[in-house]
Parts: sequence; structure tokens; C-alpha cells
Amino acid sequence: MHELSIAQSIAAIAEEYLDRQPETRVRTVRVKIGELAGVVPDSLEFCFSAATAGTRLEGARLEIEHIRGRARCPSCGALTPVDGFTFLCASCGGEGLTLVEGNELQVTELELDDD
Amino acid sequence: MSVVTIERKVLEKNDAVAAENRARFQEHRIAVLNLVSSPGSGKTSLLERTLERLGATLRVAVIEGDVQTDLDAQRVARFNVPAVQIVTRGGCHLEANLVREALASLDLTALEMILIENVGNLVCPSNYDLGEAAKVVMVSTTEGDDKPLKYPAMFRTASVLVINKIDLLPYLDCQIDELTSNALRINPELRIFRTSCRTGEGVDQWCDWLRAQASGL
Repeated sequence: MHELSIAQSIAAIAEEYLDRQPETRVRTVRVKIGELAGVVPDSLEFCFSAATAGTRLEGARLEIEHIRGRARCPSCGALTPVDGFTFLCASCGGEGLTLVEGNELQVTELELDDD
Repeated sequence: MSVVTIERKVLEKNDAVAAENRARFQEHRIAVLNLVSSPGSGKTSLLERTLERLGATLRVAVIEGDVQTDLDAQRVARFNVPAVQIVTRGGCHLEANLVREALASLDLTALEMILIENVGNLVCPSNYDLGEAAKVVMVSTTEGDDKPLKYPAMFRTASVLVINKIDLLPYLDCQIDELTSNALRINPELRIFRTSCRTGEGVDQWCDWLRAQASGL
């Protein structure tokens, strides 16, 4: 259950922005989470609301963009979809793939209420 | 309403502290390994068997991570090596700043190797760089041969796999070749050791590799 610690890190990044722009209110925090990053989205959302309760971020929504796993096959060069369970090339069955996408854990945008 | 672009890694603070730790380890030429596994695979037992063999000839320290108690630090301290216990109080993994705090209790100028035993957990520690040279993932034969497929992130971020409790193989359905090939499917670069901390089988090969890591710096 490291989602709480991840949620706190996400909140800290948004809080840093609020330190510089104290007049604004954050409505939504957008994050990119790779399918292979080992983070459970539902539990991250829950932890985010728990972590932000009583802070300047209270009520802010966490919007998660899911990034599917994709990897490069060293045998045939194809870009192949991967999930946690089948780390094999979908085209040729090759092994030893290099992950290209799917490991993301990133804050991308803040949507602000600054009207 | 407006939107601002942030584009920052969620764990950037942890990664920055890990980079500081790594720079200190390099400065003092200390080989640092981060040992991860499920609870009960035998991490502490492997440390005990390792310290029996290396404790007298290699200047090694141990950092123990546990959710509660300092029982593991007590176990390894019997071998007269510096041992620091980190109690995470519920935290399911070690983070780089906890390791940085632990380093304050160690004399880095007097060390060639630090073995970090992470909290028993095959999920969370894979996201957190501690500044180690390599992650060592351990799996025991009692856990079944499909473990690498169930916890791929950890097997992908590790460089070394230790398969422990091989003395129990005759009594189990676990097929060690299947376990090995499942691990290599996830990560073909894995260096693999097969050990029994109970009989000592395979521990010498592991220790030879550790010695080579320390002398390679």
C-alpha cells in the first residue's frame, strides 16, 4: 500500500505550486500513471482525498491518465503492447523487451480555479 | 479557469535524495545492494549466512528496514558488524531519505559494502530508488514458480535474483527451471543464484559475487 506515499508526493508537488501562487485554488490534479508502475488507481484516488483533507488542496480531484505498457522487441524491432503478465513480443514471441511506455508516474497539469 | 503544465515526476524528491546517496557511496567506494523480497523468503537468513562468511574479511554494514521492531538488526548485530534499524511504522517500503538518515549512524570511511534489507514486500520497493548499485530480489521455492510473473515490476528493476530454500525442492511442486525461465522472461539480464540458507548450499557463490562487487570499486 504505497499509494498513500505516492498520493502525498503528488499533493506536495501541487502544494509547491500553491506556495508560489497563493491566490489560486486547484480544482484538478492531472497525473499520468503507467500500467506497469505498480500503482492501483482506485486506491491512489482514495489516498489522494485522504492526503489532501484539511489542506489547501481539499476537494481537488485527481484525474488519472492511464498509460498502456508498450515495449520494443530486440528480435524483430516491433513496438508491442505488454502488460504485467506477458512480457513477450506479440509479433514474434521474442523475449527481453525494452519497456518504452507504461512505467510513468508523473504529475502533468493542474487545473486552477482562478476566476 | 486555467490549466498549468507541470510535467514533474511524482517521486522526483526521492530520486534526488537517492542520487545524493549514490554520490556518497561512490565517493567512499562502497558497494551498496538493496535486498527485496516477500516477507519470509529468507533475506535476514541470507544476511546471517553472508556475514558468517564475509564479516571478518570485508568491512560491511547492514541497514535493516522493518515495519516494526529491531529484531532483524539484533540478528545481524551478533556478527559484530555495524547494523542500523529503520522502523517505518507502517510504511511498506524504504525511501531514500530514510536511508540517508540511517547513514548518519555509519562511518562511511570505514566501509566497503552496505547491505540494505528492505521491508518484506514485492510491490512497493520497486518504485523507490535508494541510491543502491543494484537491487537483489529474493524468492523462495515455497512461494511457487510463477512468482516472477505475478510481480514483474520488481523482477524488472532487479539485477540479481536469489532463489532460496532450494533444500525444500523435493517436497514442493515448485519447478526451479520453470521459476528461472519465468524470471528470465521478465528480465533476461538477471544474474541468478540458488541458495539454501539452512544447508549453506550456494551461499559461497553468492559471497564470491559480493566480494567481486566490493573489489570492483
